[in-house]
Amino acid sequence: MTREEGESRGDDTMIDAPQQITNPKPEEFFNVHYLRIYYGNLFPYTDIHKWLSYGHDGKHPGCDEYYFGRREFSFTLENDVYLRYKSFKTASALEDSIKSCFPYKIDIGAVYSVDPDKRHAYSQTGTNVFTPVERELVFDIDITDYDDVRYCCSGADVCSKCWPLMTVAIKVIHTSLIEDFGFKHILWVFSGRRGVHCWVCDPKARRMTNEQRSAVAEYFRVYKGNENNARKVALMGYSLHPFLARSYVDFLKGFFEGELQANQSIFSSKDKYDKILEMISDQDIQSELREKWENSARSSSLSEEAISLTRWEQLKNTLQSKKHKAPTLRMCVEEIVFTFTYPRIDLEVSKHMNHLLKAPFCVHPKTGRVCVPIDPNNCDEFDPLAVPTLSQLIEEINSGGSKMDVDDDDDTDTSLLGKSIKFFRSSFLEPLLKSCKEEIESSYKTKIGKSKDSFSW
Amino acid sequence: MEVIRSQKRTASNDVVSNPKIPLYLTAPQMEVRLEEFELFAIDRLRVLKGVSDGLARGKNPKEMDEVVNTLWKENMRHSDASEMVNKDIISHFVLRLVYCRSDELKKWFLSMETALFRHRFRLQNLEAQRAIVGEFGLPYKAVTGAELESLKERLGQVVRSLGQISPSVEAVYYKVPFEEVPDLVAGRRVLIQKGYAFVAGSQLVSLVVTQFRSHISKALILTNRKWTTTIREREKDRLTPIVEALSTTYLGPDYSQSSEYADISLKDIDQVSKSSFPLCMRHLFEKLREDHHLKHGGRMQLGLFLKGVGLKLDDALAFWRAEFSKKVGSERFDKEYAYGIRHNYGKEGKRTDYTPYACQKIISSAPGAGDHHGCPYRHFSEDNLRAALGRMGLSSRGMEDVMDKVRNKHYQLACTLTFEAVYGTSCDAGINHPNQYFEESQKILKSKTPAAPV
Repeated sequence: MTREEGESRGDDTMIDAPQQITNPKPEEFFNVHYLRIYYGNLFPYTDIHKWLSYGHDGKHPGCDEYYFGRREFSFTLENDVYLRYKSFKTASALEDSIKSCFPYKIDIGAVYSVDPDKRHAYSQTGTNVFTPVERELVFDIDITDYDDVRYCCSGADVCSKCWPLMTVAIKVIHTSLIEDFGFKHILWVFSGRRGVHCWVCDPKARRMTNEQRSAVAEYFRVYKGNENNARKVALMGYSLHPFLARSYVDFLKGFFEGELQANQSIFSSKDKYDKILEMISDQDIQSELREKWENSARSSSLSEEAISLTRWEQLKNTLQSKKHKAPTLRMCVEEIVFTFTYPRIDLEVSKHMNHLLKAPFCVHPKTGRVCVPIDPNNCDEFDPLAVPTLSQLIEEINSGGSKMDVDDDDDTDTSLLGKSIKFFRSSFLEPLLKSCKEEIESSYKTKIGKSKDSFSW
Repeated sequence: MEVIRSQKRTASNDVVSNPKIPLYLTAPQMEVRLEEFELFAIDRLRVLKGVSDGLARGKNPKEMDEVVNTLWKENMRHSDASEMVNKDIISHFVLRLVYCRSDELKKWFLSMETALFRHRFRLQNLEAQRAIVGEFGLPYKAVTGAELESLKERLGQVVRSLGQISPSVEAVYYKVPFEEVPDLVAGRRVLIQKGYAFVAGSQLVSLVVTQFRSHISKALILTNRKWTTTIREREKDRLTPIVEALSTTYLGPDYSQSSEYADISLKDIDQVSKSSFPLCMRHLFEKLREDHHLKHGGRMQLGLFLKGVGLKLDDALAFWRAEFSKKVGSERFDKEYAYGIRHNYGKEGKRTDYTPYACQKIISSAPGAGDHHGCPYRHFSEDNLRAALGRMGLSSRGMEDVMDKVRNKHYQLACTLTFEAVYGTSCDAGINHPNQYFEESQKILKSKTPAAPV
């Protein structure tokens, strides 16, 4: 589906085209016209509302009917106009507002103590202070933070050779969130261009303080550094912490020695291997390996990949035999693997309750792709370059291939977005709502029970 | 707490039965003489200021234990044990009044009281520690038997990962929700499984410190409310003047208002950056000139420093705009970056006039990929640091002294030595704020050539 087809479709009478697209730019796959159609017909308002209501749908006496209305949203409009502290009492209020301005970006913030759009009515020093009370634990992983270890792309680009870095990041973090922290309701979302977001929605997670969020983010942090220091991963001690050991054994080692080597050939040229040699804190070992490789470069007829693998084996063997020379060499092999493969999360995003994060099912302005959920249990199969774009979705509507409302009972619905929405519902939303309702009910019962007791003489 | 003028003190029946460290859970029901009100507070303030100094100088935990022990003995001792406890409690509650009155004061007080508590706790023996844990009434269970067995191997891994070669898994571990021990989690110093952290007996301090901190934080908010609604007015002729005077005495200058030595204009900025900026700011400045961009952390650190140095908002906007527009264009600068600069000067949002970062904050920051902020003495590799120091004009002898301090993690002392080497003079106070470095430097340079701009 190319832009040209999209533009010629504009001549059809199937979709209102109030404006002709007169000056087609090379990246004309995102514009207000397409957004209107998307937000007019495809965005899953009800699902998002159900999610963010966490069971407070007013159907149970224990519900807080004002809960959804205290959530902050922010809209970024066409001319970079940025509107914060928007809040909505109902799903239809949210829908109407989006359909009145068709924002380029929608962010979700925290649930506050009072409606964000009424915050000025409350003084800052009284008892009704405007402050966040709940917010999902979120993570943001962006592939540009890996630019120093990927050779196929840099900056905003992403391809099938470097995307696997995101896949392995999801696996490591997801496993830890479940096994170590005991979280259950986790949503992974494609950020639309070059990264992934993670939303941890357990009640316990939503109530975490900034200090606790910071602790979890630091627990996940391994890579510390920038161009000013050479050894950016420093694994001290005599063994890896069990979390790092599990990540290494289950995910990182295999990825490094397999897919990464094949895609990036990180030892195949002098520039590349010099970078790795600099991570070894012993000059003698560096020189030994450098010499060996400089000599072999001339005589080898092997493929890049094979050369890379051979050199990795040589490096491992050398370090294994010399690791007792200094404490900083003890886990040098692991350090190298971690430097290239371990997740690099944006700490600032996770640390603060009031940090806004892009909503799932938004469309990325630079790529036109929808921010669809990613299945963490099948993330190897996710391809960022195959995610539906706005123009594809509109083409689909035009050819009558998708239904306006995704119907759960209809197994014949194979529309591009329908699959994602179904996944969102069945894997994430339903189990979440079930658990939320149980919690609302049980805390209501406890409250009733307590007040009953207070009447007993 | 009742403040009176009489000479004798009625016995307090609210002192908790022999806790070595009071937890300050409730205000004491005792009478306090007016003179004691102020004097006790001042003594405690000396202790807290000493703690603050020790932390700023980068002392490790063991050193801090010593610092606290000495400070406490010097300032809070009393021959009568119950009098000592009374002074402890009274002084703490008086300082709560003093330091509840603004966010900045609260933050400082909370950090120092927590640090004080932490080190006093560490100085206790295991039994006393366990008693204090009990005082908090926390429902933690000791892990025993089969469960402990199943975890032994991984607990050993944790111990080894922290640098102990032979994993001596302790006899007692406590199973605690991970939220209760954030600093142990952050440092990967505990095993975590299904939401629970397994805390060793020797790590108890982390548990209680979190509880303590959380309690004091909440208490400060309540105290503030009481102060603003009733106490301040009621006591305006008696306690209020004392309270208001106490806080200004002891906080160091925050450099948010520029002094006579800090008033630069745009045309001088390049020259001044080479002559008077500390290494951290020089690096940021050079990178900005080189890349025509800085990431958020760098913009904050350098931007607030420049504000403290006397760069007015209009000049600051012009300065950043001139650089950034070379990379992202002036339109994008106006859209995306100008707001942030105005925000720093208190012209946007909640209009807080942000203060430039002190060394402690800069040292504890975490620069990542693409960042240039932080403290070079801490965050640079040795080679890069030597190169940078060379560009500042340090001799090889001077450099060795500085590197020695760096190796021992005395980053501020390293910066002080650099200062001394560059200006050929001694700096007894020690550098603990980049703006202090700048002002001291300008003082020296101006005294040499009063007329010329430096």
